[in-house]
Amino acid sequence: MSAAGALAIEIAGLRKTFGELAAVEHLDLTITRGEVFGLLGPNGSGKTTTIRMLCGLLTPTAGKASVVGYDVETEAEMVRTKIGYVSQRYGLYDDLTVYENLRFYATVYGLHGRERAVRLDAHLAALGLDEYRTRLAGTLSGGWKQRLALACATAHEPEMLFLDEPTAGVDPAARRAFWNSIYELARHGTTILVTTHYMDEAERCQRLAFLSRGHLIALGTVQEILALFKQPTIEEVFIELQRRDEGAAA
Amino acid sequence: MSAFARLRQSRFWPMLWKEFIQMRRDRLTFLMMTGLPAIQLVLFGYAIQTDVRHLRTVVLDESRSAESRALVATIGNTGNFDIIGNVANRNAIRDAIQGGDVQAALVIPPDYEREIKRGRTVAVQMIIDAADPQTAAAAMSGAVLAAQARSTEIIGQRFRIAPPLEMRVRPWYNPAGRSAVYIVPGVIGILLTITLTLITGIAIVRERERGTLEQLIVTPIGKTSLMLGKLVPFVVVGYVQMTVVLVLGMLIFDIPVRGSVPLLYVLTVPFMIASLGVGLLVSTFARSQAQAMQMTFFFMLPNILLSGYVFPRISMPLPAQWIGLLLPLTYYLKVLRGVLLKGVGLADLWRPTLSLAAFAVVLLTISVRRFSKTLE
Repeated sequence: MSAAGALAIEIAGLRKTFGELAAVEHLDLTITRGEVFGLLGPNGSGKTTTIRMLCGLLTPTAGKASVVGYDVETEAEMVRTKIGYVSQRYGLYDDLTVYENLRFYATVYGLHGRERAVRLDAHLAALGLDEYRTRLAGTLSGGWKQRLALACATAHEPEMLFLDEPTAGVDPAARRAFWNSIYELARHGTTILVTTHYMDEAERCQRLAFLSRGHLIALGTVQEILALFKQPTIEEVFIELQRRDEGAAA
Repeated sequence: MSAFARLRQSRFWPMLWKEFIQMRRDRLTFLMMTGLPAIQLVLFGYAIQTDVRHLRTVVLDESRSAESRALVATIGNTGNFDIIGNVANRNAIRDAIQGGDVQAALVIPPDYEREIKRGRTVAVQMIIDAADPQTAAAAMSGAVLAAQARSTEIIGQRFRIAPPLEMRVRPWYNPAGRSAVYIVPGVIGILLTITLTLITGIAIVRERERGTLEQLIVTPIGKTSLMLGKLVPFVVVGYVQMTVVLVLGMLIFDIPVRGSVPLLYVLTVPFMIASLGVGLLVSTFARSQAQAMQMTFFFMLPNILLSGYVFPRISMPLPAQWIGLLLPLTYYLKVLRGVLLKGVGLADLWRPTLSLAAFAVVLLTISVRRFSKTLE
């Protein structure tokens, strides 16, 4: 762990506009180290834009954001060595084997020689990918691709892991296995920021933030949010919040 | 860290390694890179014959004399015409040419020998299928030359004098006048354009399409390693293709290599960079691999037609020549033919080299700038 304090993510007044459209509007948010944090909201609410700004894929229009103590704009190079990112599209090379994909990303993250070989072997075994080692990534099913994408994003043991709708189109058994891996990573101190559409997954997060049309409209633990909105499930909260926000917009 | 250790640990190497695995696995790319040189070479080396010879010719000889037979022999000896037989009348000529199996017909009038013996000028006729202007031009000049040659002979016999003037032509660089000698060096230029513009462009667009480019940007790889790792493999492939074509060209087509091959390889660098620049530029505009393919073909067409690859630029209308001046290939062909056929060095090639260097700088600057922007 770096000595940059207890905060994994610090966002202040973050804003992103695409022409006339404001995708993210004055966002303030902090995430502590080791948290499993869920970012929720309907399509177009600004979840992906927020994650992309934190990863350095997009430049913020205004405001500040830092990841594990490094500014996303001025210290982007440092941020990149400390984070892992699994996108909706997984970012795998279909024409490379499972091992080649893993080896490629590990080397890009600066792992070499024996250290790399040992680390990758352990990694493959832990994620149950060992028997698929020589399979081309393109021939894997959705669940295994997702697992490989997670492996590629974590072989360098990042301090911060971003997951952008990683379980879209994956069957329930694979989703459960995926979440077990996530908890395993969190137990070892990795901070996790995940966006999802699945409300059962949202309830697995320690804290949640709801976004709607670029605004943060609710923040807290699952219990806090249920109590605050007097709803039995996060799904009900989600629908209620969306209804209210759309009412406000109209 | 020492410079060597830094180089060894550079994030450029995994890119290079990955790119070569992908090239080997992608069948279409592999075929384009290995099969294409061979096919291009054979196709363009053998098939493109701009020299027009051996037109199938019939004769309507109404004179049937020693003089008329001598004329037929002279015309046959030019090599432009293959005399395949006699016909009985003009209708037969029309039928033969319309049928397409005969391209020329020689008509000698009944009084041919008599008129020559009287010392008068007599007209013979050569009918040519001029639908293809290039064929017709060669045939017409061949016929005129044959008639002049025969006239000189007759005058010589009549007055017992030697012809006062003889032109001795020395065709330099390609004495046998073979098209392959002109075309095959150009195949190198066309192939490099395909590999470094088309295949490179597609490979970059594929990364964008599949989301791996986004994944790479999130890693600490850095823009320079990313671009170098993506482009350098194609430079390596380009040099391999070039070598293959050179060796096959020497073995199969007897292409002369009169100049310095190392010089040629060095002067190829700016052309490769310019071509990569175009490929990179295409990748920033194209949204899909199919689109990249279409855009590159649009770029390939003027390259094939206007660069002087097949058709001599000197015979083109001026606007076409101007467009040709905007293509790096036009200058690279001068370098290729200069080094291979003429055996000249930098002293004679500095103009096209300078142009290529300018293209390289401009295209690379624009494309890298645009590409960097798309990475944000």
